[in-house]
Amino acid sequence: MTTPLLSVSGLHKSFGRTVACDDISFDLWPGEVLGIVGESGSGKTTLLRSIAGLIEPDAGEISYYSGEGALDVHDMSEPELRRLQRTEWAFVHQHPRDGLRLNVSAGANIGERLMANDWRHYDNIRSEALKWLAAVEIDEARIDDLPRTFSGGMQQRLQIARNLITSPRLVFMDEPTGGLDVSVQARLLDLIRSLVRDLGLSAIVVTHDLAVARLLSTRLMVMKDARVIEQGLTDQVLEDPQAAYSQLLVSSVLQV
Amino acid sequence: MTIEPAAARDTGYNFAYLNEQTKKMIRRALLKAVAIPGYQVPFASREMPMPYGWGTGGVQVTASVLTPEDVLKVIDQGADDTTNAVSIRKFFKRTAGVATTEATAEASVIQTRHRIPEQKLTSDQILVYQVPIPEPLRFLEPRETETRKMHAFEDYGLMHVKLYEDISQHGHIATTYAYPVKVEGRYVMDPSPTPKFDNPKMDNCAALQLFGAGREKRIYALPPFTSVVSLDFEDHPFEVQAWEHPCELCGARDTYLDEVIVDDEGGRMFVCSDTDYCASRRQAVSEAAE
Amino acid sequence: MGKQAVLSVDQVNKQFVLHTQNGAVLDVLRGVSLSVHGGEIAALCGPSGAGKSSLLKAVYGTYRIGGGRILVRHKGGTCDVAVAPPRQISALRRDTIGYVSQFLRVIPRVPAIDIVADPAIEQGMKPDAARARATELLTRLRIPDNLLHLSPLTFSGGEQQRVNIARAMAAPRPLMLFDEPTASLDPQNRATVLDMIADLRKSGTAILGIFHDPADRRTLAARDIDMAASNREEPAHA
Repeated sequence: MTTPLLSVSGLHKSFGRTVACDDISFDLWPGEVLGIVGESGSGKTTLLRSIAGLIEPDAGEISYYSGEGALDVHDMSEPELRRLQRTEWAFVHQHPRDGLRLNVSAGANIGERLMANDWRHYDNIRSEALKWLAAVEIDEARIDDLPRTFSGGMQQRLQIARNLITSPRLVFMDEPTGGLDVSVQARLLDLIRSLVRDLGLSAIVVTHDLAVARLLSTRLMVMKDARVIEQGLTDQVLEDPQAAYSQLLVSSVLQV
Repeated sequence: MTIEPAAARDTGYNFAYLNEQTKKMIRRALLKAVAIPGYQVPFASREMPMPYGWGTGGVQVTASVLTPEDVLKVIDQGADDTTNAVSIRKFFKRTAGVATTEATAEASVIQTRHRIPEQKLTSDQILVYQVPIPEPLRFLEPRETETRKMHAFEDYGLMHVKLYEDISQHGHIATTYAYPVKVEGRYVMDPSPTPKFDNPKMDNCAALQLFGAGREKRIYALPPFTSVVSLDFEDHPFEVQAWEHPCELCGARDTYLDEVIVDDEGGRMFVCSDTDYCASRRQAVSEAAE
Repeated sequence: MGKQAVLSVDQVNKQFVLHTQNGAVLDVLRGVSLSVHGGEIAALCGPSGAGKSSLLKAVYGTYRIGGGRILVRHKGGTCDVAVAPPRQISALRRDTIGYVSQFLRVIPRVPAIDIVADPAIEQGMKPDAARARATELLTRLRIPDNLLHLSPLTFSGGEQQRVNIARAMAAPRPLMLFDEPTASLDPQNRATVLDMIADLRKSGTAILGIFHDPADRRTLAARDIDMAASNREEPAHA
């Protein structure tokens, strides 16, 4: 644990005249869950997608420390990046439809990453898929059903299973509980947290929901107008916010 | 002999219909395709005097490799006498004046739709396939930009997703035609809608195999003696179809059979789909009897 | 001097600047100094608003202080909470500082037994052993068996507080912070909790807490620290 898992420095990204990420730097350490909070349009998702190699930033360096050493995410070849994205990384999209193949069964969705990693034994793939369906609390009898017959919450859990089956070291999540009703949200939070603990993975979670951020993340970054205006341990940021905007954000949360 | 000899061609057209510039362009694409077995080479497919789906890709490839000395055979689903085969054969008789035949052994160029002849091909022969959809990954990935990258990066997990779906739905790999293959351990290729029964014939074949997709504007190729392996799972290995009965005309037990309805009362029989192969077996039997 | 203190708070200042309320400034800690040794219970006393809870949160690293040092003996060395980066504070919390807050904040659906076992597992205890220990603690604190596998979010205030205490006790650390641990407990459970805290002290733990009831402080033989006196009257910007 002497090196971080991911190191971001001086990241900058603009879309035309609009600056989405401005001079963002941070380290992510093994086992950490980093929450990125802020209002819509503050650059959270762009930051996440830039780090995950889905968008090319204008400036800055992103280093990922794999087993073999430091890799510059935006300097590596595309096949190398894709290999990383289907082995050591995972990306959970806000909308499950962006992260699932809707025209193949739940089992095939879960098994795809295994097959992409050269698994060639049908029964092994299938039993692994069944194991993961159970892990995300989807009835095993649904393994051959198409995801479009699933509810939104089930689709999101399926997406998580599909991503975590290869035991990634780093998971990117974009509003993983957005658009779900609260009971489903709680179930998903519980699931994500136990997976994080049991698999020892690290995660970067973008959310605008401070309650989700509090329960999931060990550390928080607050973004406003493309910049990180405050960061610290989750309880530090939420209980003793320093920046004016963070204070506004925290004081605006509805209490139940 | 069954060869119909070369005759005068219609000189209103260039030899084999296409102009020389076009044939050169297609030959360049063919050379590239032969150099990179299984790789889909884009080419400037021309309008042909027949509709798409009737073999415009195969016809352009045949036109580009044909010489006046060639003997041409054309089959559709294994038969020489079906509409598509007859009209393409006529087309080249008229525009190229080449000799034609129905006997596999006598042909130097064979254009085919949906079958590979039962008789083993030789190094003197070229087999030209008509291809409707050249992209094996299209079933699951609609974006051409993405499928080209997948080929480039050998990112072929998706191909097995399709086979997985087959097994999960049918208990076995139910894909029976256009069954995907891996060429020389590198490119995954669609063998065109031939039955998977024919897949083993592509492997290590002595003849040059050329594939033309007219509407999709792609050419690909298997040079002679190329390794062609059908994709499968360790616990669900690739298997060809088998029939309970032999061909009811020639008695062959190792050929691909077609079901033929013989009357209005549901009567049917199973016969070789390769009409030339079936006929020559029957002829050999009757000659031996004499 | 004898043994080095487990916790040394040295000239600690903390003020809140409330940007949402026209930049109002609240001075909650002004030059607070104190120390707690292993095997000692120190009780923070003073009227509400004297900064008792704020000091606990500063020691735990939740509140970031404006000046001074908070030195904690950690794995053979000394760590200043005031300047420790988040990762180090996480490590401190895992291995050195335990904190029993007044409120239980957990993910819905996680059963009580897992909430209690978690910190021990994080310290490296085997899950089965941690769960056994959790069961033992929850039973001692009179949480009925049939509640162990339910989420404590549905529990009464007193039950939640006992889950919170069990959670801290499951993974004892050399420095334990208690914020009114007996506040909403009945006499029986209060006695049990005080017993547990006394046991911690006997095992050499340094304890800093807020115990409202003077009787509790006497039971624990706590050393009272007057927060009102500790907070020296100084200009806020000093």
